[in-house]
Amino acid sequence: MDTVTTDIAVVGAGGAGLRAAIAAAEADPAVSVLLVSKVYPMRSHTCAAEGGAAAVAKSDDSLEYHFNDTVTGADWLADQDAVELFVNEIPRELTLLEHWGCPWSREDAGEVAVRPFGGMKIKRTWYAADKTGFHMLHTLFQTSLKYPSIKRLDEHFCVDLLVDDGRCHGLTAMEVRTGRMKMIKAKAVIIASGGAGRIFAFTTNGAIKTGDGMAMAYRAGVPLKDMEFVQYHPTGLPGSGILLTEGCRGEGGYLLNKDNYRYLQDYNLGPAEDKPRLKAMELGPRDRLSQAFYHESQKGRTVETKWGDVVYLDMRHLGEKLIDERLPLVRDLARSYVNADPVTDLVPVRPVVHYMMGGIHTDINAATTIDGLYAAGECACVTINGANRLGSNSLGELLVFGARAGRFAVEHVKSVKAPGDIIEKQAADSEGRVKALFRRPKSGERVAAMRNALTLSMEDGCGIYRTEETIRSTCNTITDLRARFQDLALEDHSNVFNTDLYQALELGCMIEVAHTVAQSALERKESRGAHQRLDYEARDDATYLKHSMAYYNPNGDPRIDYADVVITKSQPAARVYGGSAA
Amino acid sequence: MTERKIELEVLRYRPEQDAEPWFQTYTVPCPEEWVVLDALNYVKDEIDRTLSYRWSCHMFVCGSCGMVIDGEPKLACKAFLRDYGDKIRVEPLANFPIERDLVIVMDDFMEKLESVKPYLIPKEEKSLDEGSYLQTPAQLKAYKQYSMCINCMLCYSACPQYGLAPEFIGPAALALAHRYNMDSRDVGRKAREDTVASHEGIWECSFVGACSEVCPKSVDPAGAIQQVKFSSAIDYFTSWLPGGGSR
Ligand SMILES: Cc1cc2nc3c(=O)[nH]c(=O)nc-3n(C[C@H](O)[C@H](O)[C@H](O)COP(=O)(O)OP(=O)(O)OC[C@H]3O[C@@H](n4cnc5c(N)ncnc54)[C@H](O)[C@@H]3O)c2cc1C
Repeated sequence: MDTVTTDIAVVGAGGAGLRAAIAAAEADPAVSVLLVSKVYPMRSHTCAAEGGAAAVAKSDDSLEYHFNDTVTGADWLADQDAVELFVNEIPRELTLLEHWGCPWSREDAGEVAVRPFGGMKIKRTWYAADKTGFHMLHTLFQTSLKYPSIKRLDEHFCVDLLVDDGRCHGLTAMEVRTGRMKMIKAKAVIIASGGAGRIFAFTTNGAIKTGDGMAMAYRAGVPLKDMEFVQYHPTGLPGSGILLTEGCRGEGGYLLNKDNYRYLQDYNLGPAEDKPRLKAMELGPRDRLSQAFYHESQKGRTVETKWGDVVYLDMRHLGEKLIDERLPLVRDLARSYVNADPVTDLVPVRPVVHYMMGGIHTDINAATTIDGLYAAGECACVTINGANRLGSNSLGELLVFGARAGRFAVEHVKSVKAPGDIIEKQAADSEGRVKALFRRPKSGERVAAMRNALTLSMEDGCGIYRTEETIRSTCNTITDLRARFQDLALEDHSNVFNTDLYQALELGCMIEVAHTVAQSALERKESRGAHQRLDYEARDDATYLKHSMAYYNPNGDPRIDYADVVITKSQPAARVYGGSAA
Repeated sequence: MTERKIELEVLRYRPEQDAEPWFQTYTVPCPEEWVVLDALNYVKDEIDRTLSYRWSCHMFVCGSCGMVIDGEPKLACKAFLRDYGDKIRVEPLANFPIERDLVIVMDDFMEKLESVKPYLIPKEEKSLDEGSYLQTPAQLKAYKQYSMCINCMLCYSACPQYGLAPEFIGPAALALAHRYNMDSRDVGRKAREDTVASHEGIWECSFVGACSEVCPKSVDPAGAIQQVKFSSAIDYFTSWLPGGGSR
């Protein structure tokens, strides 16, 4: 096995990984940084983010407002020290991206423009038309090229962390081009591997979002926090699951049921006015909107299609000029995929799995429970998102906490002891595990069939509304799949760019991550934010104003523990949207 | 309606097994909303796990799934089956070495992209306390189009010059250099000139315009190259005027 040595290794070169690498390079150019990513950086899923990134920028806004919106949106499950830090730091981060060339959309006089987003009291979402994540990712990637201390291993699949005596000393990775395993020795590791939306059948997430980094940390003993909170975005295209950004509603789009009625007014989100009202109707938070869809469909007021029930997104009144200027990708996607032109047609949409609020447990310095191991971005759970993330907070999160991970990792490498020989053995074991998978016979359990069984079961059992019965059935499926994974077939036995093996490794991660979602959902007997139980409909602060912590158990269900939520300024209260929202 | 089936003729090449590339034909269903990528995923999941190709976002923005489809460079996620006949030929991008099946080796492209200093070079460092630069919508428009490149490399596959002279920096990288040159916040044109205005840079382009035709994001690299040529020529001539230029 080849050995590569670096001071800091970063797993993932999406928004969070690139920001971490740049922060480390700026903090100390003598510290070497290695970005290891299973795809080329610009393929990372940050590129898919459309709508924008929230930060206080205008005189009518305040940090306190952004704080309150975020904490309320989170149904009080966010840690308020983390939220406070986040709202303080994010304006500077977005300005920094501006200095690096990000093409933010502008007002006439040249100031950065902002648009409204769901659950936000004030317009504060910076955007680059409807390709914000794409521009942020390319700006970060291109800027990263300036720093000689940043090196990359593109198309390297990270497999296992190397941990000795509670400290992380590196990881193993497979070079996709050759199938060769490498041991990457590092004094600090930052996991920035993104989300895991692919554990569900119907998702906005790209193929690469399989939760690998979460699974790596989890298997190494770090708890996964608040995994039961999975965000459904209200407006995905039926069939493909492609997202139409919340910006559509921010710009004034309506949601209509089959009777052309703006049904959200029946769910404590009204009044229905022509112009968008902040924190009301279509600009309510995502959990509430997706839940309203569920009830409409129960009442038979949605439209049946072969891809499931839909409602309509109506943007016709916005006009061609505005749509072309601010939502060009949306127009392109809707015309291509559902043959509906937003300028003249209603666009069919349905809720779709979008974002994992939960992830690798970290503190506000992005540090995990293993010394020298950090995590940031969607794979991590600080948490500023609690039970429901507000749209446009996650692009900000990956910058603020990516940068912190980079800086704290630099501090950490200065004081590191050399690891024992045990990590060589761990690396050899990791290689053995991958080789064993590679040598699996051609017949047996098929990757694609197991993946389908998993993702459909997650959709059925851990969807917008859950019950003990549905979740239990998903847990049983997962237990079964864990066993079947031992009999996995591998049909491709070549070393070069073996995507059969690559997907088998991903499937292993998906099953573990899904297990934590289902088990955490089963044990949280209340409804909060995106976790809605039909059998426990109320929020129960006395018992569950707590973070769930899922610990790995190689032979059975994850062990679920609970940790306190940090509350500083905002005491839990009712979440009010619509006309009477504060 | 009985479901239509189509044949996908896919180029296969596994360097460890195959002496040279060959075509394998798969029969796949053809629902109205499917793109070539869906058909490939069907092959991978239901017929043949050994087929390799790159993809991720399925929404025309990550740039992974560029391929040659019926002779034309396309994003597989944007090539609807309904627009093709009953037999569709799928090959890797042209002008690059094949790593395996539909996967090409993109090292050369990455080096070229990195070589043009594709980052903002400001006149002087601006502190964060000074806030953002002002940039009017018109100033934004001057470079916006060139910032839309998703690095899908369709333009390299279409470029006759890159095929003939692989040292040519090529359309996407030149368009990216132009993107920064045209940005009102940037003063890096001189610093990029060494690479961009060299023989391997713009002067290799014979202005066939194929790059702009295949671009899925309307970046118009050919237009960018033309503009760079023009301004580099002006620079060149002014440098010979009394007191002009830096040469
Ligand atoms: C369609 C869509 C639209 C969105 N719009 C918005 C929006 O408008 N505003 C907002 O705030 N948020 C939005 N989000 C959410 C936001 O985009 C993501 O949460 C965020 O971009 C995640 O960034 P990241 O850096 O954590 O991960 P990613 O960008 O997903 O990067 C993950 C990286 O990890 C690497 N990786 C993963 N596994 C491995 C492995 N095993 N080995 C090596 N490398 C690995 C990948 O290669 C990749 O480089 C949107 C999300 C989607 C899907």
